[in-house]
Amino acid sequence: MNTVIFRAVAPYLTALMVVFSVFILLRGHNEPGGGFIGGLIAASAFAMYGISNGVAAVRRSLYFHPISIAGFGLLLAGLSGALSVFFHVPYLTGLWTKVAIGSVELDLSTPLFFDIGVYCVVVGAISAIALALEERQAD
Amino acid sequence: MSVTLYILMAPFLAALLSPVLIRFLGHRAVWLLALVPAFVFIHLSGYLPTVAAGEAVTGGIQWVPSLGANLSYLIDGLSLTFALLISGIGTLIILYAGGYLSSHPQLGRFVGFLFLFMGSMLWVVMADGLIALFVAWELTSITSFLLIGFDHNRAASRRAAIQALLVTGAGGLSLLAGVVVLNRISGMTELSLLINGGDVVRDSPYYLLALILVLGAAFTKSAQFPFHFWLPNAMEAPTPVSAFLHSATMVKAGVYMLMRLNPVLGDTAVWETVLPLFGIVTLVTATLLAVRQTDLKLMLAYTTVGSLGLLVMLTGFGSERAIEGAVYYLVAHALFKGGLFMVAGIVDHESGTRDIRKLGGLRKAMPITFAAAALAGLSMAGLPPFIGFIAKEEIYAAIGKGDLWSISLTVLAIFGNALMLVIGAALAIKPFLGAKVETPKHAHEGPVLLWLGPLTLSVMGLLSALFASYSNHFIISPMSTAVAGTGIEAHGVVAFHIGLPLLLSLVTIGLGIAIFWKLDTARLIMARVLHIIGWGPDRGFDQVVAGIVRLSVAITRVLQNGRMEAYMTSVFLVFGISVWLSLIHFGELPAWPSFPSMTFYEWGMMLLALLGLIAVLTAYNRLTAIVSLGIQGFAVAVIFMLFGAPDLSFTQFMVETLSVVILALVMTRLTLNKTDRRPMRETVFDFAAALVAGSAFTALLLAVVGVPFDPALSEFFSANSRVIAHGRNIVNVIIVDFRGFDTLGEIAVVMITGLAIIALIRVKQRKPRFEYELEGPDE
Amino acid sequence: MEIALTLLVGCFFTVSIYLLLSKYIIRVLLGVGILGNAVNLLIFTAGRLEREVPPIIPDGNMVPETVTANPLPQALILTAIVISFSFFAFLLVLAFRSYQDLKTDDTENMRFAEPADEPHPPLGY
Repeated sequence: MNTVIFRAVAPYLTALMVVFSVFILLRGHNEPGGGFIGGLIAASAFAMYGISNGVAAVRRSLYFHPISIAGFGLLLAGLSGALSVFFHVPYLTGLWTKVAIGSVELDLSTPLFFDIGVYCVVVGAISAIALALEERQAD
Repeated sequence: MSVTLYILMAPFLAALLSPVLIRFLGHRAVWLLALVPAFVFIHLSGYLPTVAAGEAVTGGIQWVPSLGANLSYLIDGLSLTFALLISGIGTLIILYAGGYLSSHPQLGRFVGFLFLFMGSMLWVVMADGLIALFVAWELTSITSFLLIGFDHNRAASRRAAIQALLVTGAGGLSLLAGVVVLNRISGMTELSLLINGGDVVRDSPYYLLALILVLGAAFTKSAQFPFHFWLPNAMEAPTPVSAFLHSATMVKAGVYMLMRLNPVLGDTAVWETVLPLFGIVTLVTATLLAVRQTDLKLMLAYTTVGSLGLLVMLTGFGSERAIEGAVYYLVAHALFKGGLFMVAGIVDHESGTRDIRKLGGLRKAMPITFAAAALAGLSMAGLPPFIGFIAKEEIYAAIGKGDLWSISLTVLAIFGNALMLVIGAALAIKPFLGAKVETPKHAHEGPVLLWLGPLTLSVMGLLSALFASYSNHFIISPMSTAVAGTGIEAHGVVAFHIGLPLLLSLVTIGLGIAIFWKLDTARLIMARVLHIIGWGPDRGFDQVVAGIVRLSVAITRVLQNGRMEAYMTSVFLVFGISVWLSLIHFGELPAWPSFPSMTFYEWGMMLLALLGLIAVLTAYNRLTAIVSLGIQGFAVAVIFMLFGAPDLSFTQFMVETLSVVILALVMTRLTLNKTDRRPMRETVFDFAAALVAGSAFTALLLAVVGVPFDPALSEFFSANSRVIAHGRNIVNVIIVDFRGFDTLGEIAVVMITGLAIIALIRVKQRKPRFEYELEGPDE
Repeated sequence: MEIALTLLVGCFFTVSIYLLLSKYIIRVLLGVGILGNAVNLLIFTAGRLEREVPPIIPDGNMVPETVTANPLPQALILTAIVISFSFFAFLLVLAFRSYQDLKTDDTENMRFAEPADEPHPPLGY
């Protein structure tokens, strides 16, 4: 598996997949996609990077420990629901607003942040698992 | 909430306080603590005139209104007499306990337990609500367990405690069932209502059931034959416990129950046959067994069983005179037996032994104790001028009738009473009179804390007889009235009326003196007889307990045999068989489906999935199996895609890829046996089991798709996904919005498994616990 | 259409249960993996099938124009897939760790919690 070509291509492929995963995540509300799928794609990208260039490289490039990313995601998802407290509606009720950036109108919503939270949990937890297993491979 | 309710809760508060107080003040704190039951006694005495006037007082608060359970009390002659005995003797017992265990490090705990018991017992006799009565009844069993097992370092104590708990606890369950039946029959939850509506119960077809259940409770608690064995064993408890619980109060709870329910359950042929029968058998058996004993406490314990038998017999005899006799005897017994137990404790405490053969001539060393013992012993022997005498006269007057049943009961009762007289005399005379015998400890009089209780009780036994008009008016008459349900005027006095009762008394005394003369011979004969029988309920109890343990071991060995595939097989076989059986039983087997029309690529994907499954099954080495696992997974992903689920399809693809990768990562590091195949017989059996369960799923699913689909929920999501939640991908909207809380939980689970895996991997590898022979490396 | 998938679901369950009945942890793991798919397919089929029309509202519409596939089981299954994967990974690591400690994947030899020669409980008090 550890051919020169694979090792050379893997970083670019990983970057491409991560970007794609974010795209999948953001379009999820209207087209097929969403936090779960996006997260899985990103996690497999990191797993692949780990196989080709070693776990240490992945950990370096991720900067945060994957489980911290997952924890952040869970927190984000929980908080995005808690926002509803200020509007006197039940926990996790979807709230919507439109933000105009230049000529583009952007839909901002709590479900969006919730989905980002899901994405982070899936990326974090599953890359943590995969990396932990790959690490054992080395020793 | 009335004052009385607070007063009735006071012992529980004292139970909390006593460990603290005794820790700081030492054993003298009991003087302070004894004020609590004394106050209860004084407060309740205030009800005497009211109750003597024929009134019953009720009060209390709602407890669990939805169940009709109230924390209410009923004060009439019966409950008031019991409550006065409990709080009065309780006061003396608390003092006595302080003297008896003065240097014991756990005195505080002990006194706390005694207070807990006292509170529970008060509630047993005072409770008006049936549920509260049951709860208090069980509390007395539990506190009795704690007190008997107080000296828990000795196996005999533990055995006695467990035995008492199991026997009386079983009776408690019987009481619960009885209470439920009584409630179902009458619709009432209050005793005060129930005792006026006895006819409803007696006429009910479930009368017998209710009776058996209530008797099950009463007979176990009051140690009636053949449940008598726990009471002598309970003598393992410290003597204050024996004096309080196992003579004066708790064991009388069963008698209380019978007396309380006499207006409800009594006055029937069954009642008037069963109770005297059990009572007289208990009386004779127990007194015979008592003769055999040489231990002071055990002798007292067996006579207590005998007295309880006498009380049960009288309660069920069915005449007002008999009930009057029972009431006299109950009061007399509480006074003299409590006193004698405390005397036995003092003798044990100060001389170091309670074996009657090793005691003698203590009258000079322990004059006050001797006085108490003599007074109580004479009362127990039924001699004038004590309350025991009045009780015996009343009993003989009640049962001394001409019919065969009464005559046989009378003869047996005379025999039992004579033996009781023997024991009473032996207890009061043998240790104190005669020549001085050297005892393990140098005997001397105990402190005031010890002798105050027995002296007070035995003097009460004298006074209550001398001032019989007062005790009749305030205690005996109201209580008899409450038990019988009709007005009774008691008029027993200490006087010799020439007649049948006196004659029978004289016969009893004569027989008693004759047996006392030959006590040692009688003891030998009894010992020989018991040796020949060689088996008793006590041994039977051990056999039952051991049998239960063996049975549970056998069941555990079968059900929990440590073989995982056995657990799995039973789970799936039970599932499959229960689904198939219920489908067949209710005639809901799905119709055999027609051949479906599908496109060739749909067929192709299903075929691919099937091939993957078969490859997993038949793969010779594990790597092939992993790859085949991937095949069926991808086939499922494509099937999702074909049936309009692109989200699922993508997710499935990613997950299958990751599964195969991590499986391969782990598997390549294992060195395993080459063969993990099952032998042919197992293969066939396992496959048959799997087929039963697997086909059950198909059958269930066929049945599901065979009924019309209810699209209400799905249509709601389709219709509102964009309108409310501003999203066009309905699946995603459901996940992040409509069912967001669900998803929050699910991502938490994902996160936790991630943490668990990291923890598992990081935990330091220990040395292998076991080494197994391996057949060879894998692949 | 459902009929064919019903039978396929039965095959999935049969194979996975057969694997679960094995004595060897690795086979059991494979069985758990297939069981997840079996249950997902079961839920999917129970929600009825619709060919090739994903539950997505076309741009410009407020509600779907035509009959779409049932979105509810899809939402349930989507999370189930991810969760069953994380549990599968957990079981795998657990099996691996127990292999490291016990040097076997044969459940017959994994009797630490329920030893075969467990002593008889005492009959006394």
